[in-house]
Amino acid sequence: MSARQDRRDKIASRAVQIGFVVALIGLWYFGTAYWGISRILLPNPVNVWHELKDVIGSGEFLPDLRVTLTELAVAFAISCTAGVTLGYLISRSPYLIKVFEPLLAGFYSVPIILFLPLYVLFFGLGPGSKIALGTTISFFPIVLNTIAGFGYVEKIFITAARSMGASDFQMFRYVLLPAALPVMLTGLRIGFTVALLSILGSETIASLEGLGHRIVHLAEAMETARMFAYIAFAVVIAATLNSIVSSLERRAKRR
Amino acid sequence: MTDAAQLKRALIRHPGLSRLAVIAALLLLWEIAARWWIDPTFLSPPSRIVASLGDLFNTKGIPAALQITAWELAVAFAISVVVGLVVGLAVGLSRFSNRSLMPIILLLYGTPQITILPLFILYFGIGPPSKIAFGVTHGIFPIIVTIVAGVQNIKPILMTAAHSMGASRWQIFRWVIFPHMIPTFFAGMRLGMTGVLLGVLLAELYVSTAGIGYFTQLFTQAFDPTKLLGLVSVLAAMAIALNEIVRRAEVHFGRWRTD
Repeated sequence: MSARQDRRDKIASRAVQIGFVVALIGLWYFGTAYWGISRILLPNPVNVWHELKDVIGSGEFLPDLRVTLTELAVAFAISCTAGVTLGYLISRSPYLIKVFEPLLAGFYSVPIILFLPLYVLFFGLGPGSKIALGTTISFFPIVLNTIAGFGYVEKIFITAARSMGASDFQMFRYVLLPAALPVMLTGLRIGFTVALLSILGSETIASLEGLGHRIVHLAEAMETARMFAYIAFAVVIAATLNSIVSSLERRAKRR
Repeated sequence: MTDAAQLKRALIRHPGLSRLAVIAALLLLWEIAARWWIDPTFLSPPSRIVASLGDLFNTKGIPAALQITAWELAVAFAISVVVGLVVGLAVGLSRFSNRSLMPIILLLYGTPQITILPLFILYFGIGPPSKIAFGVTHGIFPIIVTIVAGVQNIKPILMTAAHSMGASRWQIFRWVIFPHMIPTFFAGMRLGMTGVLLGVLLAELYVSTAGIGYFTQLFTQAFDPTKLLGLVSVLAAMAIALNEIVRRAEVHFGRWRTD
């Protein structure tokens, strides 16, 4: 395929993408403004835009955002500490890996969202149950990837470093850590993403405050335009956080 | 040799035994904690949960709720697989549609769908259709993405060889693409099953009038941890069984490939 044809192809595929988005917004606008789709079911995009400006301009989103981000930070901090520590300890012995890795992986395949009713029973409707769920869900990818990172370092590196007289600290700092870091960082990123999703999810299902709670509250009040604005806001926040974490991961891996 | 040394050697040879011991120790700890330390309105010992499983199934509405949830899972999974396969093949088999549509699909896959759960209730009501629809949104994207990746991983030399030997489009599909797609298809099904389980259970827990979500809420509000833990265990067992079925299928049908 020639370069010119390739370029034409690229432009055409961009056109399809832009066309898709334009058609979607166009259908949305005309459907609600002229074709009589109920405003309660689907608000007009112009209204949603005004509501979004109002939500951001008035700073109304701040308390909810603060609650959600605090829950996320606490949950992620706990699961990182526990996951990395336990994962490292398990990875020190091939026997422990054989005992615990299948156990943890098996547990990971249960949809952990099922624990939410239990956590609500134990910790109530407040942030406690969200932190517990976020911690549980993000713990597994972190601990499993930590085990995979530290547990499967190539033997030859370790033997070489030992025979050249590396101390335990040097072994950790210059052999184990660089070998394990990429895998571990992937685990941390996945853990972060699932913690964010599960916290938003548990706020949606049962809560008193937070972004997920706000969306449900507006849905129940039939204020759909404002709800759409909050959904857009939450999606942008989630996308921003995820891309920050991904770029941190890439930067750390390049070192 | 003493018994202790023999036991130690057996454990070292079979890590599975140690694993069982770990599980047993955890259950024992739970049993002791629930019996003597923790308020029984919050936690029940595992022995009582198992003993009351029969009671749970006799509770009015529980068998029906489990049936409804199983039905929702089955329908959502079937829709995800069929539509995901068709879309995945359509997007994967053409370079142009792959280039233009894949970013849109990845964008949709990347958005946190949980934020639009209230919309599904608004559009599809609080009955099974909203759970099925939400399950489909979670199950379909991993399937599409896996199928597209699978189609693209077919070695070009195989396509060229088939072409040069004069295979028709259908023959290429039947004898080159199709056999290569089988392992991918099952890998996609496994990821799709995880997604469908998550989507349906999320929607069930959010709002439900007759499904398991209704009962988890009921038992939570009634501070009945025995029945709640029993129901959660039954659902977890169901999820594990479903995951295991598709995982076995993946291993079984992926065997022929040697590379």
